[in-house]
Amino acid sequence: MSTPTLTKPDGAERTYPAYSRNPLARALLTREAAVILALVVVFIYSMGNIPFFDGPLTIFNLSKEYAPILLMALPMTLIIITGEIDLSVASTLGASAAVTGVLVVEHDVSVPVAAIIAIVVGSLLGALNGFFIAYVGLPSLAVTIGSLALYRGLAEGLIQAKRISGFPEGWQDWPTERIGDTQYPNILIPTAVLIVAFGVLLHFTRFGRGIFEIGLSDESAHFSGVNVARTKMILFVLSGAVAAFAGVYVALKANSVATDTGTGFELKVIAGVLLGGVSIFGGRGALHGVVAGVLLIAVLNSALQLDGQGSEVIQIIIGLLLVGSVIASNFLPRVRALLPRRKVIDAPPSVTPQTPGAGESSER
Amino acid sequence: MSTAAHQAAAQPLTLALRGVAKSFGAVQALKSGTLEVAPGSIHALVGENGAGKSTLVKIVAGVHRRDTGYFELAGEPVDFGSTAESKAAGVAVIYQEPTLFPDLSVAENIFMGRHPLGAGRRIDRTRMFAESEALFARLGVDIDPRRTANGLSIADQQLIEIAKAISLEAKLLVMDEPTAALSGNEVARLFAVARSLRDEGRALVFISHRFDEVFDLCDVVTVMRDGAYVSTHLIAETSESEIVSKMVGREVAELFPKTVAPIGDVVLDVQGLNSTGEFHDISFQVRAGEIVGLAGLVGAGRSEIARAVFGVDKYDAGSVTLGGVPVRQGKPSRAIRAGMAFVPEDRRQQGLVIEGSVAKNVASVIRGRLSRLGLLTAGAENKAAGPWAAKLQVKTSALDMRAATMSGGNQQKVVIAKWLATNPSLLIIDEPTRGIDVGTKAEVHRLLSDLAGQGLAILMISSELPEVLGMADRVLVVCEGRLTAELSRAEATPENVMAAATRSAQRDSEKEPVR
Amino acid sequence: MSASTLAPLAESTATRVARNLLRSRELAIVIVLALIVLVATTRRSSFLLSADGWRDTLLAPSILLLLAVGQMVVVVTRNVDLSVGSTLGIAAYVTGKIFVANPDTPVIVVFLAGLGVGAVVGALNGLLVTVFRVPALVITLGTMYVLRGALTHEVGSERMNAQDFPAHFEKLGTQQVLTIPVLTIIALVVVAAVGYYLHTARGGRELYAIGSDPDAADLYGLPSARRVFGAFVLCGALAGLAGVFSAARYATAFSGTGSGIELQAVAAVVIGGVAIFGGSGTVWGAAIGAFLLVTINRALPILGISEFWQGAVVGALIIGSIVLDRVLSIRRTHKLIEARDHA
Repeated sequence: MSTPTLTKPDGAERTYPAYSRNPLARALLTREAAVILALVVVFIYSMGNIPFFDGPLTIFNLSKEYAPILLMALPMTLIIITGEIDLSVASTLGASAAVTGVLVVEHDVSVPVAAIIAIVVGSLLGALNGFFIAYVGLPSLAVTIGSLALYRGLAEGLIQAKRISGFPEGWQDWPTERIGDTQYPNILIPTAVLIVAFGVLLHFTRFGRGIFEIGLSDESAHFSGVNVARTKMILFVLSGAVAAFAGVYVALKANSVATDTGTGFELKVIAGVLLGGVSIFGGRGALHGVVAGVLLIAVLNSALQLDGQGSEVIQIIIGLLLVGSVIASNFLPRVRALLPRRKVIDAPPSVTPQTPGAGESSER
Repeated sequence: MSTAAHQAAAQPLTLALRGVAKSFGAVQALKSGTLEVAPGSIHALVGENGAGKSTLVKIVAGVHRRDTGYFELAGEPVDFGSTAESKAAGVAVIYQEPTLFPDLSVAENIFMGRHPLGAGRRIDRTRMFAESEALFARLGVDIDPRRTANGLSIADQQLIEIAKAISLEAKLLVMDEPTAALSGNEVARLFAVARSLRDEGRALVFISHRFDEVFDLCDVVTVMRDGAYVSTHLIAETSESEIVSKMVGREVAELFPKTVAPIGDVVLDVQGLNSTGEFHDISFQVRAGEIVGLAGLVGAGRSEIARAVFGVDKYDAGSVTLGGVPVRQGKPSRAIRAGMAFVPEDRRQQGLVIEGSVAKNVASVIRGRLSRLGLLTAGAENKAAGPWAAKLQVKTSALDMRAATMSGGNQQKVVIAKWLATNPSLLIIDEPTRGIDVGTKAEVHRLLSDLAGQGLAILMISSELPEVLGMADRVLVVCEGRLTAELSRAEATPENVMAAATRSAQRDSEKEPVR
Repeated sequence: MSASTLAPLAESTATRVARNLLRSRELAIVIVLALIVLVATTRRSSFLLSADGWRDTLLAPSILLLLAVGQMVVVVTRNVDLSVGSTLGIAAYVTGKIFVANPDTPVIVVFLAGLGVGAVVGALNGLLVTVFRVPALVITLGTMYVLRGALTHEVGSERMNAQDFPAHFEKLGTQQVLTIPVLTIIALVVVAAVGYYLHTARGGRELYAIGSDPDAADLYGLPSARRVFGAFVLCGALAGLAGVFSAARYATAFSGTGSGIELQAVAAVVIGGVAIFGGSGTVWGAAIGAFLLVTINRALPILGISEFWQGAVVGALIIGSIVLDRVLSIRRTHKLIEARDHA
């Protein structure tokens, strides 16, 4: 077989600027920057104006309550960027919490073993979603509405009317103990590790580039050799596993499991992700924006609570943020398109369109 | 025929567009469109791909709103903001690509939004089906109006579009390449209907790449080039060569800079490829340094064959071998690793991530090679993409510009750059110059010729006969999913290719259409 | 030529109707429904054959019936409305408030109020979806929580009970005509009216077209935004009416009324064979789906399955139905393509 001599052109011939805007504009004219700014503003305002917000317990409680939301938001970000959605995360959380509770309390399984089993169960639940969505080709919205009911039903069937409580001492306290003398609970350690892991996966790997491509056009992605089905399958399994991990944490934190453990969490997760600048149509978003989005909801929640507002007010505000952020993400790109960019220039005519760099084998 | 064209002077023009322009972002799709159509005439609109014909049609149809220029219908200045407005004003359009509702019946597809009503404003289905059957009878085709549109062939879908447009009884009927997927018999019926509509005093605009059809059917012809009006001629007073030179705007000989390259070993070997409903028993080879043209009517199965070879679609039987190594089906990633590159037909949906940047698109297939320890940075992508974009002279201000903001020709260069970066041994290129300007077209042709000269094997699919005849060393002709001819460069004349492309269609048309 | 053109007509209308009916998804669910009723009745005859059992079998699905019909009209346009549970809750509470203010209010006024409240909520959803062109799923997920939060904020832990509702209204909940409950009759009239509209009016057919291919609908010049808006208003109005039904049947209204029922509404629609991506399905299917769902829930304990597994059954039914639809549609398309091959 005769291989044509089409090799990579010499790297020194770069002739285009990499970016059309200066680095400052690129960093600041983004949805992520806006969310981070909003987070800082709300935080500073609350420190000054909400009684007790500057107290030592605020950050601690806030981290404790919102760690599961933040955890579930990580795989959800990747899923929404591919243009799919997972409405079943809160039910998966509930089911895995139920599994943990039943195993530990009723069958005296040790907590680490029960946690591993629960995470395996969560992964399987995620894989079931993934199978139907990626390989059968069903819409994720329909499948996960179904599994939202199904997985919650599994939790209800497992624990029935009981409320399981009484986890063994020691394990029960670990997630909510402080790291050294700081205001931060232990759960933030695995959370931080997962944030970094998902950030790298999304922004600095081939797999992550594939995720964005699938969201922008899954057909083009398929034509470029991205394995669309496998990518989606992996993401749903990750979503199930992380939701299950969060479920174990929630069970230990509350020292009890009930049929409604985690009900409605999916709204907070999706609201956080969309608020963080991820497009519901897929293809756009960044993990740091999502972290800021979830924290913004957490800070608002805690500030409103300290201000004496009921949980329903927080519910209203989260709902409004969700609707508002979807509408905003539909408008912001249009506004940004009006801002100036570099003029279109002709490519340097010096290079002929013939064999790019024939013979100059610069493969490293 | 010319009676109609002449008597027109007395009445106002059915359609008058003068100096109409339209831009999409940075791309000016239409610079200065002018088209004047008299009632009772059939007006051909010709021009190469990317000349702005389809944009002009979409302005007339109300899909797009023009930026500037004069637009008048039956003597009244108009400004359509939606397709509903143009429809109400008496414009019917048959688009290049059929747009049907797959879940609904054929008859409902024809009458959606204007179903015949009976007592109490109830939809009168009996009448709807009867009227549909009458329309199909007029067109001489046999489609069950009660079946759903789902699963119909492209030709049948196109016929439904035609039936729908006729049923609108519009004063202006625009047909954007209605015959691309039709057999000879169906074309003849369509033309008979078109003539009878003309004789009723309606105006028709007919867009086609086939000059024989233009000269057979039309009274007047307007030529466009590069988004602008060139000239208008009475068909009786012009010739094919005059039209072609107006369209191209230069000597035809300049196109297709085919250089004969030494032909090497077999690179691609396809044996007995079969896919139910798409194509049957396809076997052929492509050798190093050879350009093989795959010709045929739209919908004949050419693109489907290419997609199966590359692994985008699965097939039922057969084998694909590249450089002596079997390529497993259904996985483009395998084909890419084996050395295949595929520039697909639909640039915006398949070739590019249209909302992605130039750099991400060019680097998209070589990401594995650019990763270090599994990590991939934007810097590495930019570094790899820049030189390839430069080699192909992509016009862009920076590597982070979205492909969507670029012209069709530039987008095609990005797609080709992306595949050349993989260092392939076989390039499959489907409609290499669809929707790109004349200048870039010549560049693409020169590039393909040079690549073949360096020993790349190229399989080229094209609906433009001159392109196939000009570029290919060998022409394979597909008709209704089967290879009907293999012609050497010397044997490949327009007549031979078209005969093979419609072979089975003509055979079928001799017997009564039975389904 | 003409002979072959007329070929499709050779088959009589009666044969065609009969064949379509036999192949229909609706018939399949009716059979499943009948089997469940049959098995449950053999196990415990009072399930159907007692006066209460008969009434419950017909009455229990009436609320979900209304929600399923409204949801079906939205789903067929390739949208979804998750806020119907909250709308139902608000309408039930408004009903209670009206009667607290004036116990002699005629029932018709309450019905109109429920429809009105629901229509306003539906109009809000419809506006957000059509004006901003954002996915209905997210918008209505948001409005579902906002509305529920607002209701909770207003109601607090207050709970309206039987004594807050006048007798003439409560009686409506159990009243029967020829042994058929009044609420069920009203719901069936709604099903028939909406079904008639979808089948025989241009506007109804346009809803299908919009869901089948929204881009094609734009090219056809169909008034997509107006139709989708209308679908949301209808869905909201029916959810409001369902709120009044809920108040009449259970004689109670509190901040959690109707919470979670939106899932059942979506489930009923999907089980009834309405494509979740729009374009196909019937109101009859959605209505039978609602009947099936409610009946299964009632039958589970009799069949020896704990009521705690009800949620899981609903979920499994949703997933099972869409998988089934997918498999059938792939087979159908494959057959059509094969038929084309041999043409």
